[in-house]
Amino acid sequence: MAKRIDVSGLTAYYGSHKAIEDISMTIEPRSVTAFIGPSGCGKSTFLRTLNRMHEVTPGGRVEGKVLLDDEDLYGHGIDPVSVRREVGMVFQRPNPFPTMSIFDNVAAGLRLNGKYKKSELSDVVEKSLKGANLWNEVKDRLNKPGSGLSGGQQQRLCVARAIAVEPDVLLMDEPCSALDPISTLAIEDLIGELKERFTIVIVTHNMQQAARVSDRTAFFNLAAVGQPGKLIEIDETERIFSNPSVQATEDYISGRFG
Amino acid sequence: MDITTQKTDEAPPPTPLPTPVEQKRAARGATRPGDRIFLGLSRGSGILLLAVMAAIAIFLTYRASLAISKDEANFLTTFEWNTGLVPPKFGIAVLAFGTVVSSVIAMVLAVPIAVAIALFLTHYAPRRTSGPIAYVIDLLAAVPSIVYGLWGALVLVPHLDGLFGWLDDYLGWTGVFSWEEGAPRSMLTVGILLAIMILPIITNVSREVFRQVPRMHEEAALALGATRWEVVRMSVLPFGRSGVISASMLGLGRALGETMAVATVLSPDFDIHASLLNPGGGTFAQNIASKFSEATEFGRDALIASGLVLFVITLLVNGAARWIIARRKEYSGANA
Amino acid sequence: MSHAAIADKRPSTLRGASLPKWTPWAIAAGSVALGLGISAAAGLDSKIQWALMAGVLFVTGTYVVAARVEGRRQAKDRVATSFVWVAFLLAVIPLLSLVWATVQRGTKVLDVYFLTHSMGVVADSEAGGGIYHAIIGSLEQVGLATVIGAPIGVLTAIYLVEYGRGNLARAVTFFVDVMTGIPSIVAGLFILSLMLMWDMQPFGFAGSLALAILMMPVVVRSTEEMLKLVPNELREASLALGVPKWRTILKVVLPTSIGGITTGIMLAIARIAGETAPVLLLVFGNPFINNDPFEGAQASLPLFIYQQYSQSAGSTAAYDRAWAASLTLIAFVMILNLAARGIARWKAPR
Repeated sequence: MAKRIDVSGLTAYYGSHKAIEDISMTIEPRSVTAFIGPSGCGKSTFLRTLNRMHEVTPGGRVEGKVLLDDEDLYGHGIDPVSVRREVGMVFQRPNPFPTMSIFDNVAAGLRLNGKYKKSELSDVVEKSLKGANLWNEVKDRLNKPGSGLSGGQQQRLCVARAIAVEPDVLLMDEPCSALDPISTLAIEDLIGELKERFTIVIVTHNMQQAARVSDRTAFFNLAAVGQPGKLIEIDETERIFSNPSVQATEDYISGRFG
Repeated sequence: MDITTQKTDEAPPPTPLPTPVEQKRAARGATRPGDRIFLGLSRGSGILLLAVMAAIAIFLTYRASLAISKDEANFLTTFEWNTGLVPPKFGIAVLAFGTVVSSVIAMVLAVPIAVAIALFLTHYAPRRTSGPIAYVIDLLAAVPSIVYGLWGALVLVPHLDGLFGWLDDYLGWTGVFSWEEGAPRSMLTVGILLAIMILPIITNVSREVFRQVPRMHEEAALALGATRWEVVRMSVLPFGRSGVISASMLGLGRALGETMAVATVLSPDFDIHASLLNPGGGTFAQNIASKFSEATEFGRDALIASGLVLFVITLLVNGAARWIIARRKEYSGANA
Repeated sequence: MSHAAIADKRPSTLRGASLPKWTPWAIAAGSVALGLGISAAAGLDSKIQWALMAGVLFVTGTYVVAARVEGRRQAKDRVATSFVWVAFLLAVIPLLSLVWATVQRGTKVLDVYFLTHSMGVVADSEAGGGIYHAIIGSLEQVGLATVIGAPIGVLTAIYLVEYGRGNLARAVTFFVDVMTGIPSIVAGLFILSLMLMWDMQPFGFAGSLALAILMMPVVVRSTEEMLKLVPNELREASLALGVPKWRTILKVVLPTSIGGITTGIMLAIARIAGETAPVLLLVFGNPFINNDPFEGAQASLPLFIYQQYSQSAGSTAAYDRAWAASLTLIAFVMILNLAARGIARWKAPR
């Protein structure tokens, strides 16, 4: 299931603007890797290069390699659609399909892959909703629209939707920034459970959250506004927060800028 | 509302409390002559608008009743329009049939193509080309219907011979597509021309709707590994459905009431034909335009009666559209 | 999917077989060639047929090829893409043809003489004459309709946005929607029924009234939209300074939205300028110059086009005049449209 990601020399552009430059790192399977850094440092852009969502934005393009268990996502003949099927994503704002019921939201990815048998679908939907700690709250209203849920529930519904297709990697782009503290806690607990099965990468603005949920932390920074973002360092979370090897990391973590 | 006496940087001077009547007046904001005049004018305009609507209904109904009360035939089912006879015989069956058939053909042809063009402009075409194309289509929506009519009669009709012969050869056995004689000035021609006319309008409104689909819904589908078409089917079309329906109803309303384009391309007669390719038939609006100049006062009242029916039909269509949209509000996509 | 060693021997799940980039172009070229070939072989002469056939061949060909190589999901995606392209191209052909025909045939007789002379002494089947009388009629009728329709429309919109609460406002909103859907010929019939009541003969102003009815709901809608865009803070800021409400509307709200309101009115003018049906019923048409919109039949541009087409029994001279008048009308409508858009862009609120 979970796969390792090896990034080497990755640079991403928006049109002629270079958003991130020359990033290399290894993301371990079955662990949580957190990306932190000031606004505009390119951590979300980098996250989106890991499932080829970056190129969806008009003008977005990428140079460099992203190996998913030795296979280059940007290699010749790779189908970005298949990549996104194996590298799932949860977004900053919960985005369930507004016209679909809770059940259909979770089943959406499976249906895309040609699974239509009701019994088969219900099993996976139940399993995924349980995996997202949402089953008990919604099991009686699976046919209601997903947009009727609270923000935190919607976000967990999106997690359920993402894990229903059994991806190798789960990317989370500030998944708690639109949520209240209790829902945030629920998502954080969920991340702890999910890392048993998936490789998880999370972008967060909240350093306490990074410290709480992640095994490894990567710090991104940019020299000045308009300059491309760069990876400053990546290490065990504990070391990043206690004894980072780069001064800028310590300055950021201790709140001296950012 | 009225706080002219207060100064912001000092404590307000003690003023006597306003009486309830004064408070009520102030809340209405109409104490000053200027306010009263302005409110009167704008409210008066609104009332005038209502009065016009009421007058339309009343006068059309009154004149129509003058004609229908003298009609010797059944007004709804007769295949005849002889207002000059004594006693007069006329009915709207042919017109109702023709109006509905031509509009349905127009919708069947125009809606899928318009939706496809709207998708083309928002999701498929390169961004640099889609802007100017959208602009041109926007302008085409403003081309007067009489110009479409002239083009339809002098350019489109001569080009339809081949298509009609072809349809007759392969689908003639159905009866619906058989073509016996005459220039291709039939219900199908009308339907095709109406489709071309309403295409820009439906395209424009649909494009606006598709453009407003929140990016996050599309990204949700993309991140699940959806192809472009699957993104369109999962996020764009469901989100835009009610918008497309109201766009189509707008187009349908135009097709139902279109006069000149139909009057120029159709060779009318007063009969219902099984084949869409044989000339003949008529629509409400076309019949009024063609018969008007020779009609007596009584004949004009009869035409007004048929216009009243058209009026009611368009009201029903508009009502249906609003009802559909209201019913789908819950799924409108405006979540969170 | 699995991390067992066997997995490495299976083909990659990320790598779908995919067609080379030039495939759609190749299929398109093949379909057009085949469409033309079949048409030539079967002796079909209409351009419509081979275009339709090529379109169908393109869509089905794409599906077959893609389903073979890339699988069903990709094939569906490609079919959708090709259908969208075909639909676009098919729809563009008639629209381009319309513009082309009008410009090409319209320029034949369109000159200064044509714009400055009437049809007074020219029979419909002869060459010569012009549209001066129709231009006069159109300008007067549309001008009067605007003088009536635009203020009522704007005031109604002000009422709905700035004052409107309660049943009256709700009724007005509802009936404005209803009015938007009135066919132009029905508006014409309404004025006609009034004229029948008082036994009146056709005259220009009667047409103006019908056009004003068609114009009002359009103006109300667009003005409403524009007024709603004015932020409430602006109104409150003015009211808080002690400015009475009516002056707030006149001095703050309207100036902020004047660009959009003007645009809406100009688009409405462009729409009614092309209306034929009510003019046919109420103004009747007149080959002579009649400068008085309140007395006697008048001409108008759209009506002129219709009558040149329908009353000339196929005379080429009349058709040429109809095309030239169409070109004039389209030019007028397009200039209004472009100007309206220019104003909208220039005066756009921030």
